[in-house]
Amino acid sequence: MFVTSAFAQESAPAATEGETHAATGVPAEAHGTFPPFNPATYPSQLLWLAITFGLFYLFLKRVVMPRVGGIIDVRNDRITQDLDHAARLKGEADAAVAAYEQELAEAKGKANAIGQQANDAAKAEAEAARKTIEAALDQKLGEAEARISSIKANAMKEVGTIAEDTASAIVEALVGGKASKAEIAAAVKSVAG
Amino acid sequence: MAADKVDPIHQFQIQPIIPIHIGGYDLSFTNSALFMLATVAVASAFLYLSTSSRSLVPGRLQSVSEMAYEFVGNMLRDAAGTQGMKFFPFVFSLFMFVLVANLLGLFPYFFTITSHIIVTFGLAALVIGTVVVYGFTKHGFGFLKLFVPHGVPVYLLPLVVLIEVISFVSRPVSLSVRLFANMLAGHITLKVFSGFVVSLSALGAVGVAGSVLPLAMAVALTALELLVAFLQAYVFAVLTCMYLNDALHPGH
Repeated sequence: MFVTSAFAQESAPAATEGETHAATGVPAEAHGTFPPFNPATYPSQLLWLAITFGLFYLFLKRVVMPRVGGIIDVRNDRITQDLDHAARLKGEADAAVAAYEQELAEAKGKANAIGQQANDAAKAEAEAARKTIEAALDQKLGEAEARISSIKANAMKEVGTIAEDTASAIVEALVGGKASKAEIAAAVKSVAG
Repeated sequence: MAADKVDPIHQFQIQPIIPIHIGGYDLSFTNSALFMLATVAVASAFLYLSTSSRSLVPGRLQSVSEMAYEFVGNMLRDAAGTQGMKFFPFVFSLFMFVLVANLLGLFPYFFTITSHIIVTFGLAALVIGTVVVYGFTKHGFGFLKLFVPHGVPVYLLPLVVLIEVISFVSRPVSLSVRLFANMLAGHITLKVFSGFVVSLSALGAVGVAGSVLPLAMAVALTALELLVAFLQAYVFAVLTCMYLNDALHPGH
């Protein structure tokens, strides 16, 4: 870019040609021709461009690009593989969660059933106990009623004799005579109905 | 140094290093050829060495190589579709060649091969030549449909075809001149401002103080030229992709 070691070449043509000519057909180093527009340099530049760029193209195509492409492909494969792996693991985790939840639900159902069963059993037991107690009570009640009725019957039976005694006593007290037992009994009976 | 007038054109001089003359042609190995060789060597070495470890998780240099590779690959796929990927090595070589040539040219004392129109024209002619040869071998005369856009009224057709032909013919010119002119103008400007620094500092203390301004300008221009170096390589590759797309799908 900056001034290089070519002072000699600059001064040489200046002696012969001067500086202002836009000459054609002068040598490549000639002064006064704008270097990029100097056709004398074209064959050399084109030749070396063809050689260097051709080599570069071949090198990139044969060596560099398969390598870089390979690196990127391997990485992409690896990423896909890892993603698949992750997806599979996630699937497994999801399945485990589902299994766990199912088991939990089953256990809950079982627990409910057991509870229900226990509840039912307890109820049935209580019912049975209630029934036996009721039966016993009924029996006792019956017995009691039977006793009451027998006592009542006895009492009623005795009511007659008491009434007869009372009546004979009353009659004796009122009338002063004795009424026959049979008469009194008949009278009491007619009253008692 | 100060005795010599600062010549902004001097940096573009071609000087033979190994003179070769065959059949009346000057095919000398020149400084231009040397820097073509350097460009190829630097680009190849970088791409080769940075990827030599083939790491699954790339390091910095390998990332750069992979980014360049994928950048050009995506560019080509976007422009020309998957069919265009057969030109991937070609476009990638062009991009890397132009990019590294532009970047090498930014070093002081280095020769900028892309500042010579014959070099950029050679590359552009290679692109257009590839388009024409591939277009005709693939589509035969159907390739000429390129010049006949769909849906144009018949009475406009001659004019449109003429315009299309002119635009096609001017492609290698515009492609090469764009790169050439950018590099040439950038380097001349850079050289002129750097020259101001040298000339001003020869004027004593005041000149040295005044040379700060062109120096700052030269620094800023260097940054701009770095951008231009990338941008022009990109533009060259993008246009190549679009022209190749024409060769693949001439029917618009």
